[in-house]
Amino acid sequence: MSLSVRVIPCLDVDAGRVVKGINFKQLRDAGDPVELARTYDAEGADELTFLDISASHEGRATTMEIVSRTAEQVFIPLTVGGGVSSVEDVDRLLRAGADKVAINTAAIRRPELISEVADRFGNQVLVLSVDARRAAGTDSGFEVTTHGGRQSAGLDAIGWAARAAELGAGEILLNAMDADGTEDGFDLELLGAVRREVSIPVIASGGAGAAEHFPPAVEAGADAVLAATIFHFGKVRVAEVKGALRSAGHPVR
Amino acid sequence: MTGAPSVVVLDYGSGNLRSAVRAVERAGAEVELTGDLDAAMAADGLVVPGVGAFEACMRGLRAIRGERIIARRLSGGRPVLGICVGMQILFEQGIEHGVETEGCGEWPGVVERLQAPIVPHMGWNTLSVPEGSELFAGIADERFYFVHSYGVRDWTLRTNDRTQAPLVTWAEHGGDRFVAAVENGPLTATQFHPEKSGDAGAHLLRNWVGSLRAA
Repeated sequence: MSLSVRVIPCLDVDAGRVVKGINFKQLRDAGDPVELARTYDAEGADELTFLDISASHEGRATTMEIVSRTAEQVFIPLTVGGGVSSVEDVDRLLRAGADKVAINTAAIRRPELISEVADRFGNQVLVLSVDARRAAGTDSGFEVTTHGGRQSAGLDAIGWAARAAELGAGEILLNAMDADGTEDGFDLELLGAVRREVSIPVIASGGAGAAEHFPPAVEAGADAVLAATIFHFGKVRVAEVKGALRSAGHPVR
Repeated sequence: MTGAPSVVVLDYGSGNLRSAVRAVERAGAEVELTGDLDAAMAADGLVVPGVGAFEACMRGLRAIRGERIIARRLSGGRPVLGICVGMQILFEQGIEHGVETEGCGEWPGVVERLQAPIVPHMGWNTLSVPEGSELFAGIADERFYFVHSYGVRDWTLRTNDRTQAPLVTWAEHGGDRFVAAVENGPLTATQFHPEKSGDAGAHLLRNWVGSLRAA
């Protein structure tokens, strides 16, 4: 009896449409996040994450409608992130049907936002998203980045994760920028470093390229594993990831 | 016995209620989301959701005199289902960050912080379901979705052989054991979120909705 490892597909949504390439033959509309969410649900995904990359106000409003429609049709937890910068943003997303909200840059600018959200809605709704990469001259060897990994935030990544947990984050979504897009596997060193410093759940993200990449992430300390591209292109199925985890002795649903 | 059972999902300003409403609808009930006490009293079933802090939920519940509706329904044998913090507030007391808050007191016991290496307890877990459970009929071996940092770690209600003892379902995380569900006549509660627990959760809600007209 113990928690199963959560396998979480992540969808990038721009103005209500899924952006990255999708390769599910059974889909009528591969760009529809709701239909894709239903598909992942049917395939055994344990949670879903929507990352809203809309640049415009109208785009964000459309994403809100997508969140509502998804929450009415898919009965697994839904996290929404992207551009969330205030308690009001969080309130709107929760009312639309999100169960958790991911906050990234806004918390770097104003760390008190973490405690404001946690105090109002409970820490279980707040996922702190950290884009981390290796950097010489930091205490831990890892720093926080912004702008998709292009800029340094001037923060030690491990120290930031620990501080966010203290402020009331319920979970850390750890995006390894060095591994992202490589499909060479998760950044195990980074995962281990965060795991040693925080006692809230950690979601591993970045670098997954094959089913066998997932068990080492759990062994390095991940409570959940997130991937986008490999699921969307049908390169690896949710069920294959679960099979690999099960074979390695990790409980799955 | 015609038509679907009516269910009110109690709206007292607590988080994501859309999923709860849709999930109970899908389970075969006609659902209204409202904080109106007459509607909450008249429905065949009342769902008390809840996320966030015990103290904030209790304050919201008292603001609409929800604790009195729960008590009045139960004294008339009318079904109530508490979910997550909606289960926790049915106990005597909650202790969060050293703040002690009085609950509805339907059951003795204290809601306190889980003693596990990783908290919140977040994700899909298995359960220890007792013999005779109707709520978990057909789904006792399934996993359900939890997300909470506090729980009831001691079940202290003592019963004698003249009364029917409540059925208590347990879960375990990181070596700590806590109440995952209680079935006590008209009063049912789950620490996990059936509305977020996929097919297993849908099955559980069908079991509960199916019991409403018979109650």
